[in-house]
Amino acid sequence: MKKLFMLLLPVLGLLGLIIFNACKNPDDKTANVANAGLTIPAGFSAVAVAEHLGSPRHIVVTPEGNVYVHLAGTKSGKGILVFHDDGDKLTLKSSFATFGGTGIAIKNGYLYASNNTEVYRFKLNDKNEVVNPNQPEKIVTGLLSRRMHEPKAIALDNDGNIYVNIGAYSNICSDYDPKAKGCPILDSAAGIWQFKVDKLNQSYGQGVHYAWGLRNAVGLAWNQQDNQLFVMQHGRDALHDLFPNLYSVHQSAELPSECMFALKKGDNAGWPYVYYDWMQHKNMLGPEYGGDGKKPADPKYLNPVAAYPGHYAPDGLLFYTGNQFSEKYKNGAFIAFHGSWNRAPEPQAGYCVVFQPFKDGKPDGKWEVFADGFAGPDKSPNGALHRPCGLAQGPDGSLYVTDDQRGTIYKITYKK
Amino acid sequence: MAIKKLAILTVLLLLFFSCLRAQVKPNKPIVHHRKSGSPMARGKIVYNKICLACHMADGGGVPTMNPPLINTEYVLGDKTRLIKIVLNGFKEDVQINGQSFANNMTPHSDLKDRQIADVLTYVRRSFGNKASRVTALEVKRVRAANKK
Repeated sequence: MKKLFMLLLPVLGLLGLIIFNACKNPDDKTANVANAGLTIPAGFSAVAVAEHLGSPRHIVVTPEGNVYVHLAGTKSGKGILVFHDDGDKLTLKSSFATFGGTGIAIKNGYLYASNNTEVYRFKLNDKNEVVNPNQPEKIVTGLLSRRMHEPKAIALDNDGNIYVNIGAYSNICSDYDPKAKGCPILDSAAGIWQFKVDKLNQSYGQGVHYAWGLRNAVGLAWNQQDNQLFVMQHGRDALHDLFPNLYSVHQSAELPSECMFALKKGDNAGWPYVYYDWMQHKNMLGPEYGGDGKKPADPKYLNPVAAYPGHYAPDGLLFYTGNQFSEKYKNGAFIAFHGSWNRAPEPQAGYCVVFQPFKDGKPDGKWEVFADGFAGPDKSPNGALHRPCGLAQGPDGSLYVTDDQRGTIYKITYKK
Repeated sequence: MAIKKLAILTVLLLLFFSCLRAQVKPNKPIVHHRKSGSPMARGKIVYNKICLACHMADGGGVPTMNPPLINTEYVLGDKTRLIKIVLNGFKEDVQINGQSFANNMTPHSDLKDRQIADVLTYVRRSFGNKASRVTALEVKRVRAANKK
């Protein structure tokens, strides 16, 4: 019996891994309709504080309890909704901005918001209310937007800079790089650009090409502990479809990783030449550029600080600095995974909010599913009831999650 | 009891890994050119290997990313245009049933005329679609004109 057990140990380990990666952790979680259908750890509660908002993307909450929600498109011609948080529901106060989009942030008396080609800022008064909603300053303009990976997610540092994601307008650049001689779109896309918060009409010429080789990063956040930009990359698609002889259907579902990168100026994460394999724990040379699933990538490319299973689609990143949640959450990262579409014919996965423990400004330990059940019974892009996208922290330490599928805003609190 | 459970797990895992092995045999075409069976049956095989990953098993596509193949003129209408999409891929910014879609489609000109005919017949007559078949001869003509 003991022998049999020893023999089966690796098998059991693998099985554990597979179960672990199914984005489910049945232990110590309570499924409860009272929690707006979400499965969250014991002691937490969730409420749908707003519903049917259209397609809310990123979100920010002020110290006064006002909530700014950026819609993907416009609703009655307005792209940003303003609510007041009345505890268990959000009350709509006003709406403004003539553009929809994803990015939204508040810093030092301004609200920043992006559409797919530009970034604007709106002056705030001392109550963090927009002073003149019809006259924003256009600080960034002329960014590339070519159908794929258009949203320009943003984050701000403490030194007067704003960071803007410009996603690659292709899966793996092969359309633009048929001879694999060097992807020609990297000078103006697939990276993070840095601009000044207070200069008007900046474009590529005025900005700093801050980080290279990032296919598409929608979750961006500034980590105050080590004063550094963190981003979540959406990994490439279709390893099996494009290279059926090198990658199985299953490998193509699990690979490559969705990656968390801690960026410094000049870093290159390697897209399209490189992808990260979370099972082999290394950067791999992409098959378009001579890779075979075994050859490692050139070590000059940046390694992620944490990696997650393939195609989960990280759309929101938030460092938790509140005091409401228990100590383990302090300074850790919440990640909103929008959920996969390209794991077919295998089951889709993601559609959850993950917690990544941190220590001293770096990921420390295994991630865990924090909130699940957004999708309902059908985890698929068409069948999902809700899909997590944006994250924000309220003044009392509550966590807000947007759903851009049916327009729900969830508020998650911890009851001591 | 425990031994029984372990045995079941082992069998499951062995099956799992044998599947993996079966799928990564090198240098073997993934879609065989089948001549037997009905066009619908053959078309489904091609669909599952080539199209399903993006357009989904039910032909419903993925909102804002990959267009649905259901009830759209692109599928039900002009066969020449449809055949050309398979041969040349698709990266135009168009609205399909009022939605736009972000992802580009890669060309599939490596498929044989008969395979394209089969898969398009399958797509035009599945998911609630009811349109005429596509023949290998039609694909051959479009391919020839496409090369000019």
